[in-house]
Amino acid sequence: MKEKLVLIGNGMAGMRTIEELLKLDDELYDITVFGAEPYGNYNRILLSPVLAGEKTIDDIMLNDEQWYVDNNVALHKGKTIVKIDRKAQKVIADDGTEEDYDRLLLATGSNPFIIPVPGHDLPGVISFRDIYDVDQMLDASSKHKHAVVIGGGLLGLEAANGLMLQGMSVTVVHLGDVLMERQMDEVAGKMLKDSLEARGLNFLMGASTESITGEDRVKGVRFKDGSEIAADLVVMAVGIRPNVELAEKVGLHCERGVVVNDTMQTFDPKIYSVGECVQHRGETYGLVAPLFEQAKVCANHLAKMGIGRYEGSVTSTKLKVTGIDLFSAGDFNGDETTEDLVMKDVSRGVYKKVVLKDNKIHGAVMYGDTIDGAWYFQMLRDGTDVSEIREQLMFGQAHLGDSGHGGHNAAAAMTDDMEICGCNGVCKGDVVKAITTKGLFTLDDVRSHTKASASCGSCTGLVEQVIASTLGGDYETATNVKPMCKCTEHTHDAVREAIKAQHLTSQPAVRETLGWKTPDGCASCRPALNYYLLATWPKEAKDDPQSRFINERVHANIQKDGTYSVVPRMWGGVTTPDELRAIADAAEKYDAKMVKVTGGQRIDLFGIKKDDLPKIWGDLNDAGMVSGHAYGKSLRTVKTCVGSEWCRFGTQDSTGLGIKTEEMTWGSWTPHKFKIAVSGCPRNCAEATIKDFGVVCVDSGYELHVGGNGGIKVRATDLLCRVATEEEALEYCGAFMQIYREEAHYLERTAPWIERVGLNYVKEKVVEDEANRKALHARFLESQEIFKVDPWKERASEGVEAYEYTPIKKIN
Amino acid sequence: MSNWIEVGAVEDIPKLGARVVETDKGDVAVFRAADDTVFALRDKCPHKEGPLSQGIVHGHVVTCPLHNWNIELDTGNAKAPDEGCAGRYEVKVEGGKIFLSV
Repeated sequence: MKEKLVLIGNGMAGMRTIEELLKLDDELYDITVFGAEPYGNYNRILLSPVLAGEKTIDDIMLNDEQWYVDNNVALHKGKTIVKIDRKAQKVIADDGTEEDYDRLLLATGSNPFIIPVPGHDLPGVISFRDIYDVDQMLDASSKHKHAVVIGGGLLGLEAANGLMLQGMSVTVVHLGDVLMERQMDEVAGKMLKDSLEARGLNFLMGASTESITGEDRVKGVRFKDGSEIAADLVVMAVGIRPNVELAEKVGLHCERGVVVNDTMQTFDPKIYSVGECVQHRGETYGLVAPLFEQAKVCANHLAKMGIGRYEGSVTSTKLKVTGIDLFSAGDFNGDETTEDLVMKDVSRGVYKKVVLKDNKIHGAVMYGDTIDGAWYFQMLRDGTDVSEIREQLMFGQAHLGDSGHGGHNAAAAMTDDMEICGCNGVCKGDVVKAITTKGLFTLDDVRSHTKASASCGSCTGLVEQVIASTLGGDYETATNVKPMCKCTEHTHDAVREAIKAQHLTSQPAVRETLGWKTPDGCASCRPALNYYLLATWPKEAKDDPQSRFINERVHANIQKDGTYSVVPRMWGGVTTPDELRAIADAAEKYDAKMVKVTGGQRIDLFGIKKDDLPKIWGDLNDAGMVSGHAYGKSLRTVKTCVGSEWCRFGTQDSTGLGIKTEEMTWGSWTPHKFKIAVSGCPRNCAEATIKDFGVVCVDSGYELHVGGNGGIKVRATDLLCRVATEEEALEYCGAFMQIYREEAHYLERTAPWIERVGLNYVKEKVVEDEANRKALHARFLESQEIFKVDPWKERASEGVEAYEYTPIKKIN
Repeated sequence: MSNWIEVGAVEDIPKLGARVVETDKGDVAVFRAADDTVFALRDKCPHKEGPLSQGIVHGHVVTCPLHNWNIELDTGNAKAPDEGCAGRYEVKVEGGKIFLSV
């Protein structure tokens, strides 16, 4: 018999946990949900747009009643649990309904704080928390004129804005001198106030409420200084308190909230808790992103996978008032140990402040122009050292040179019919629609539903911007603890570390040791694991062809019509009449549909049928040519210019060095494709400064450049160092390739890898530490003993994997 | 009425791999999962006709080599949120031999 899981609280955190659990294991539990509200689960953070008339209740439903039916989840709506019998393991609702549990999930959320002034219980005094409150406000706005919102925080301002848009005259009463003082500093708070006043809101700052007047309905609000204003509706929005009433009543350990450990377990091991009712490491949270992180961890433990810890969240805030952009994150007030970078342009309505501590972003507050909020927030969470970009920091990501960040500025200004994802033809409107109609929160969700950024990934930043601007601050930003894929909770780094530390040499061993959720992985993790194993244990791990993408499995590039293209290696881009003749003969013999010169200085034969591949390779082998690995996550080409042998400007023999480099590196597998170039002088005709490893010859020796990319996002290389001899250039090249092979994530080019780990790190390991460089180079050469073989020859004349190239049977 | 044709042995297909049966109605992809279950689908992804036989097999699913659609081997249906179906063929294994009905 299945175990029983009962959820108390049909809200966002609890239901997110259930959804995450069902994704992991939908067989484990019989699930019952109790919710006090008479609805399915709705998106509480979008109540403000509903009040403002920008959305309807239907728009913000996350799980309608049909969802519960479809997923075999029993829903008791409109029933409040009044008792938990922890000994008998059952819950009892106010109408007498009882339900047994094996595991109980407590997600009772929070209650609005009501200031206990005289008159707080009069009709017309409400909070802003649920659909009922919104209905009350909408009802009041159709009959009455004067609204007073007590509390100038996030929720209060959203309520005030909504009521104003519904036609009421609204006064916001705030105890402090700065609006949203938990999210804004004084300057930003003042700009916000001016802007809201210009829209028609009234403010009473520093006003302490003494009582609410009226007899059978609210009539006004009286303050401690004796003044009084008229009010037909009073909205109390002064804060929330974790709802721990039930938990306290049944003796669960509570402080401000229900106390949980890093697995979201309460002091009763059968009872878990998530959401706003929870207190974790002394913190309580009221924003949705942390709640979703909790949900993920909790679901994992409920599913008995036992992986994952919640370690607390850094949060950021955005105000969901259309037309007002503000953003804050971290500690934006700073102290004597921090420094402020400030940009302020009042007439343009722009203010930015970034607080730095030890060259890292400690906090940020922005008003007016918040496009870079997500960027600052990411660096804050990652602890990125910003000393190198400090000069440009305030001007935003778009000003970081020509590395293609320009798109970020576009997101907010884009119209719905503008294309975001060029690979899959997805417009901004498609993404926005998918987010709002399907209740999506994460980049992964948006990817799988719309395909935006699901191919080359270059528009990921833009898609994230659209998600952020559509959802406001409730967007769950990508964390740096992203699992490798859906088969595991482990990150790329953790998997690589385990393979090395625990001497794992096969995929089954990795999957078993690390608790993979799928028996044989998926199309995403299998190629990655295969690579990690080969790179870590070149002499022990065995290549698994079934974990290779088709191109690497059959050593040619698949084309859209299912035929293949064939590129023989041309060392340093140098060829001979004999080779060209052999290529021409092969092109005719195997009916190549097109013969094309590639960007990497070689020749590509298109339209070759799969069964002909071993034959054409045999012919090319006979003429002395080997595979060019144009299909692999491997060394591709070494592009050269003619150098000192011919060129009147050449300073060194760039062609010769290119050939030596290619002879050293060919056949090596790398996390992603790897391109090298050698230019004979600083005119750089071989375009070495957009390669993964580029050499620019100078009169005194060789400049070594790394981390360039000419593809999706153009990135010029960083100068690694200068060396005097060819031998040194080769040693540094091998060492650099090896550290990239050992440490980068699968499918991460050198450009993003270097941006992630920092050029200084690479310099430390490769340039400054001579012993380490020599060790890296030696490991590279050792691995090359295995991989410097021609895969074409093995298949053309030694019959390796012959089954790949022939049909199993021909019928008729 | 089924017309079973022997197309080869289970051992002829690598585990987590596929082979093609050429027919006059087009290619059929025959898959072998890790548990040795054998499946047969029309060798064309419902998306852009990519050859499914060249994809990576995991569980009872194949990922198309062209644009990474995931196709369920037992039904030929694309996994949500993608939509579409590659036609499936009856296939059975007897005594280690694969029989296909086309």
